[in-house]
Amino acid sequence: MKMKKVLSILLASAVMVSALTGCGSDKKESAADSNTIKLGVFLPLTGDNAAGGELELRGIKLANKLHPEVLGKKVELVVADNKSDKAEAASVAARLIEKDKVVTLLGSYGSSLAMAAGNIVKESKVPAIGTSCTNPQVTANNDYYFRACFIDPFQGTVMANYAYNKGARKVAIVQEVSNDYSVGLAKFFKEAFVKLTGDKDAIIDIANYQTGDKDFTAVLTNLKAKNPDAVFAPGNFTESALLIKQARQLGIEAPFMGGDTWETQEFIDVGGKEVEGAVMSTAFDREKASTEEAQKFLKAYTDEYKSEPSALTAMAYDSYLIAIDAIKRANSTDPQKIRDAIAKTKDLEAVTGKTTLDENGDAIKAAVIKEVKNGKFKYLDFVDVK
Amino acid sequence: MDFFSEFFQAITNMSATSLAQHVVNGVSLGSLYALIAIGYTMVYGILLMINFAHGDIVMMACYFAFFGITVFHIPWYFTFIGVIIATALLGAVIERTAYRPLRDAPKNSVLISAIGASFLLENLANYLFSGRPLRFPDIPLLSSNIEVGDVQIQAICIVIPIMTFLSLWLLLHIVNHTKIGMAMRAVSKDYEIARVMGINIDRVISITFIIGSALAAIGAFMWGVRYPGITPMLGVMPGLKCFIAAVIGGIGNIKGAVIGGFILGLGEVFIVAFFPQLSGYRDAFAFIVLIIILFYKPTGLLGEKTTEKV
Repeated sequence: MKMKKVLSILLASAVMVSALTGCGSDKKESAADSNTIKLGVFLPLTGDNAAGGELELRGIKLANKLHPEVLGKKVELVVADNKSDKAEAASVAARLIEKDKVVTLLGSYGSSLAMAAGNIVKESKVPAIGTSCTNPQVTANNDYYFRACFIDPFQGTVMANYAYNKGARKVAIVQEVSNDYSVGLAKFFKEAFVKLTGDKDAIIDIANYQTGDKDFTAVLTNLKAKNPDAVFAPGNFTESALLIKQARQLGIEAPFMGGDTWETQEFIDVGGKEVEGAVMSTAFDREKASTEEAQKFLKAYTDEYKSEPSALTAMAYDSYLIAIDAIKRANSTDPQKIRDAIAKTKDLEAVTGKTTLDENGDAIKAAVIKEVKNGKFKYLDFVDVK
Repeated sequence: MDFFSEFFQAITNMSATSLAQHVVNGVSLGSLYALIAIGYTMVYGILLMINFAHGDIVMMACYFAFFGITVFHIPWYFTFIGVIIATALLGAVIERTAYRPLRDAPKNSVLISAIGASFLLENLANYLFSGRPLRFPDIPLLSSNIEVGDVQIQAICIVIPIMTFLSLWLLLHIVNHTKIGMAMRAVSKDYEIARVMGINIDRVISITFIIGSALAAIGAFMWGVRYPGITPMLGVMPGLKCFIAAVIGGIGNIKGAVIGGFILGLGEVFIVAFFPQLSGYRDAFAFIVLIIILFYKPTGLLGEKTTEKV
């Protein structure tokens, strides 16, 4: 028994020492002159998340095709499959850094996979740029993890800007109190809207409901009496559709706003004609590409794959752009210098809009506003968040 | 302190319109609960067993209505009748296959069988109709709005209480003034003696399930028009709430179930109306009321005191 304990401690410390010394020597070598710069790509190419990983790999490959060189050197992609598995994600990230000596990691689809690689990235001091991992925990307390997408709650800020631009001054919030996503969006919305209006009473009501609720008439009757200019109600699509339906039935005419979870056919199926005019934020819309880079991306994508790109592909493309841009500005292939340059990314012309990374390493960029019109999601507006 | 000041603010600021609107919402929700609660109470009254599948029978009835109107384009009034018949049959089949074989088994076995039936129905629906929410068909006549002053009343909100009281009246009539009703009461009083006296227990129980499921079908139809998203898990929460309503009123007592339904429905609406900051704890209300009532009156409001026969 005792023997086992001692052994395990010994073993653990041995692993730690080797890991520490290992990455120490790696760094010097990876920065050594050679004709290629290696970027590691770790994505779920098999397993549950394979569909998402495949779409993102297309984006990164396409970006590599359109921007094959930086600092006069060829950029080489080292693609590894993390098998939609957390343990695999960690070991794959370690292998890319230690064995393949990549200077930056791109990936992954899926926040839990990205988080699994978080410690390795942090300890080996090689930066990573997430593609579509939206959980705030991915970049929190990790100076080496960044991402090309915005975090979920950021949509609250986007919608606050939109509501303010449209002239709303008194807004009510209805949140799905048992859902992190909804509460996060509502919190960001409140903060941003109060700041924009300069009125601490600009949010006139915050009502709660639970996931799975069907009857919202009581909260809505309260809300109607307060007569808001607009209602922000992020949440699950079924509950939200029923909420809006009942609101219209009770004679509430204020517009309803929500997040990207609404962008599903079921929202329209259940909500019917009552959800007409509902607005929501989302990251990318292929009908209205805002930047030049986006035009290039769209054309190259349709040429190559003969289909329309998804938001995931666009996001992955952008993660590559962020890396290339940082290497260029750092004028070095030293991972530490690249990391510092990534952190300073500002107004980068990317596919999903001008991208700036904030102090947490999360992207701040323009978002697309969509509206339900004639039973379809239609592009409505573009919101730049200052 | 803050809590009470908000409460008084909510009361003083509430306009007559808002109050009337809350009453309308509460009555329609309460009568919906009552309608479904009757089914629980009837089965319990006779079998002394909680039919956990009752909520899922409601869910299946919603799908039947969806298929009748949206898929096969049958006019809604014919579908309504068809749904009642199909659901009543479903109830009878469940009773025949899941409960009858366990007639002489311990009570716990029947209870577990009921939970099994509930899971079976949920997963069957998930398999057959997928977990994607479907939209309950629009019935303009029932979902249109009637405006009284500034109060918006959906036609269905008037239909639901009428349906509930009609069902209640019909049911009381059957139970108190017909031969089968007399048999039901006899089975409910003492199952063994009733059997000895020559009452066909299986038939009485089947009919109870048929009536209970038919009421569930009516409830489901009303529920669908009012809250038009259909999912395989649709029956879980209403099932739980209506079960609580039945217990509050005194399980086994039909009038009690209706009273329990109204207490729950009105209570849920008014807790949000008067304590807006508690809006997230609405579901907790049902459970708190249940605990309080069971504490002071373990047999429910109208429940009879029974002494355990040894």
